[in-house]
Amino acid sequence: MNLQSSDFELFGLPARFAQERAEIDQRWKDLQRETHPDRFAAQGAAAQRLAMQWSVRINEAYQRLKDPIKRAAYLCELRGAPVNAENNTAMPAAFLMQQMAWREALDDAGSVAELGGLEQQIMASRASALQACATLLDDQGDAQGAVQQVRALMFIQRFNHDLQTRQERLETAQRGQ
Amino acid sequence: MALLQISEPGESPNPHQRRIAVGIDLGTTHSLVACVRHGVAECLPDAQGAVILPSVVRYLADGGRKIGAEAQVALALDPENTIASVKRFMGRSLSDVAGADKLPYRFADHPGMLGLHTAQGEKSPVEVSADILATLRYRAEDTMGDDLFGAVITVPAYFDDAQRQATKDAAQLAGLNVLRLIHEPTAAAIAYGLDNGSEGVYAIYDLGGGTFDISILRLTRGVFEVVATGGDSALGGDDYDQALADWVMAHAGRTVSSPADKAALKQAARRCKEALSATDSVAFQAQLTGSELVFDVTISDFEAATQALTARTLTAVRQALRDAQLTVQEVQGVVMVGGSTRMPQVQRAVGSYFGRAPLNNLNPDEVVALGAALQANQLAGNNAGGDLLLLDVIPLSLGLETMGGLVERIVPRNETIPTAKAQDFTTYQDGQTALALHVVQGERDLVADCRSLARFELRGIPPMAAGAARIRVTFTVDADGLLSVSALEQGSGVEAHIDVKPSYGLADDQIARMLQDSFTTAEADMQARALVEARVDADRMLLATHSALSADGDLLAVDERDAVDALMAALRTISTCDEAAQIEAATQALAKGTEAFAALRMNRGILKALAGKNIAAV
Repeated sequence: MNLQSSDFELFGLPARFAQERAEIDQRWKDLQRETHPDRFAAQGAAAQRLAMQWSVRINEAYQRLKDPIKRAAYLCELRGAPVNAENNTAMPAAFLMQQMAWREALDDAGSVAELGGLEQQIMASRASALQACATLLDDQGDAQGAVQQVRALMFIQRFNHDLQTRQERLETAQRGQ
Repeated sequence: MALLQISEPGESPNPHQRRIAVGIDLGTTHSLVACVRHGVAECLPDAQGAVILPSVVRYLADGGRKIGAEAQVALALDPENTIASVKRFMGRSLSDVAGADKLPYRFADHPGMLGLHTAQGEKSPVEVSADILATLRYRAEDTMGDDLFGAVITVPAYFDDAQRQATKDAAQLAGLNVLRLIHEPTAAAIAYGLDNGSEGVYAIYDLGGGTFDISILRLTRGVFEVVATGGDSALGGDDYDQALADWVMAHAGRTVSSPADKAALKQAARRCKEALSATDSVAFQAQLTGSELVFDVTISDFEAATQALTARTLTAVRQALRDAQLTVQEVQGVVMVGGSTRMPQVQRAVGSYFGRAPLNNLNPDEVVALGAALQANQLAGNNAGGDLLLLDVIPLSLGLETMGGLVERIVPRNETIPTAKAQDFTTYQDGQTALALHVVQGERDLVADCRSLARFELRGIPPMAAGAARIRVTFTVDADGLLSVSALEQGSGVEAHIDVKPSYGLADDQIARMLQDSFTTAEADMQARALVEARVDADRMLLATHSALSADGDLLAVDERDAVDALMAALRTISTCDEAAQIEAATQALAKGTEAFAALRMNRGILKALAGKNIAAV
């Protein structure tokens, strides 16, 4: 085990997409118990530095493992198919059409209830894209195919963020009345 | 019957079985020090039996100073030289302080942190805070009859990097070894969690004199995981006083203009507020110029007058729950911290929002110091089998300025610390050989709306076409929540690094100057103190190595073990000499000589954490 070990090795988990969140959380806490700088507070600066390196590395791995989208992207990269989200935004036409329809629905929605309906659609798309990631990565060994799903999930995530912001604004306005 | 311990032949027994470590709540209106004694955390009283030290320092023209209650009585008498609520000025420039013109102080405006002109010359808020901390340090040393091993100092969760660094500098100036800065609400949770053995999600609602913090924590088997934190660093009991005074004036049809009348009103409002915690109706009485103002106020009047303030706290609570991705129903308990939570309308509003009665069985003034003491005891290694682990978060996002005055967020708020995040940037123009980096903190998209933390430059980049350089900028936030930033041009290896400190805080040489100026530090004292500190450090290093060897000595080969033993023996001999520098060098040698051993131990710890789990997972 060293700082260059993969997130999965570090957490003692099989390198696959399907994971139990509770298991990841538990291992994160077990590992922090051993490495957190607080455990070495009375042991001088050198021990603090070392603990800090490990603790940071474990937090980094935790952030990636616990988030299904980051986890999928990380697996794609480990398997030689990096997502390169910033350089490559080409998506199938059907998906882009869908995005535009959602954007319009978001702009037109005037109530929290209408947004709720849209949110359900988004969540359903998200769930099916995650399911596709699981199948492609864990069963079919198709990292290239999974990259496409990860990109779609990133779009969905950004859209969902905008939707939440809108929802908060509407809720605040309703409370104010 | 307790069994007596006998050490291995040839090994010295631990010189100190217990290290004295204290928790300090350095508050806006008052400060406290607490320590674990006989397994129980308690606040330490002064010679008069008072545990609360008013956070007030008075500087006298003859060079003397009064701290605490003795200074507080002079607030009206000698306002310019009597500094109260100095916490509001920590890590702040004059333009940051709202209503500075209404305060009686003579401020000195500096780009980083403001200063205060007093009868003893200009004082930095760091120095004023250090006087308060030193008073608490002496109190603890007198009570415990020994030097302090270290201290945990609490800061509001919503303190930014500048405010944290200023607090740490103040502690250093007061001669305290800071084991850790921890968040006030987290400290309160520790005090409650250990008393009640609680598990699950808890909200800590902390309304103090000048700040509001909300933290959402998840407690599982001794792990205190902060899931989200939020708040308002300019909302507290003082605002409730002001709102009440304004309401009374509006309903009595009166206005005031003189500073004296304004102060009298504020005092009256405070008395009225405190009385309304116990009764439903009270007469608001203020002696104003010309006549006395008397006006009956009921608790529901007070509630109506301050409704907007309470609502603001609940907005922050809502945001924190959203950040934590939790619903109100998932919160199993709400802990109330801070004197301002004594107001019945606050208790009621919080109770009704969460749908459960808040926990308030610990003294809200003491609970933060008590929690800090428990953590200090743990960090000092006194609670050997202790399984308390604190996983806290950074409260505000950290980022860099990019083209057009926009913020590129590098570390998002609520990330567990310690953390490090890297992002790649590139050059804007052909042949560009330097890159100016501007580090900011805050949630807004425009640099102008965020707090500027530091500016630094990466120079010596080889000339390339625009966009060809790959500059990796890494933000590292340590367990105290303090930031350092480094930049590396990947192709050429050109590097720049900054501990985000000198641009607003105090550089080390400034600290050194203050130490020189300080009343305890005549030349001879400085040397004596350096020697004592070198010996304490040597002791600490010897103890740490000793316990590491007894736990994991088997990791070392015979010759490696001999080398460590030799370094220990050398340090033991040298630490009896009178040369601080020699002792420091020997301590350094031991630290250096045990680095590889420390790495081996860390690996063993990690394997232990994973032991027995891999089989189940495969």
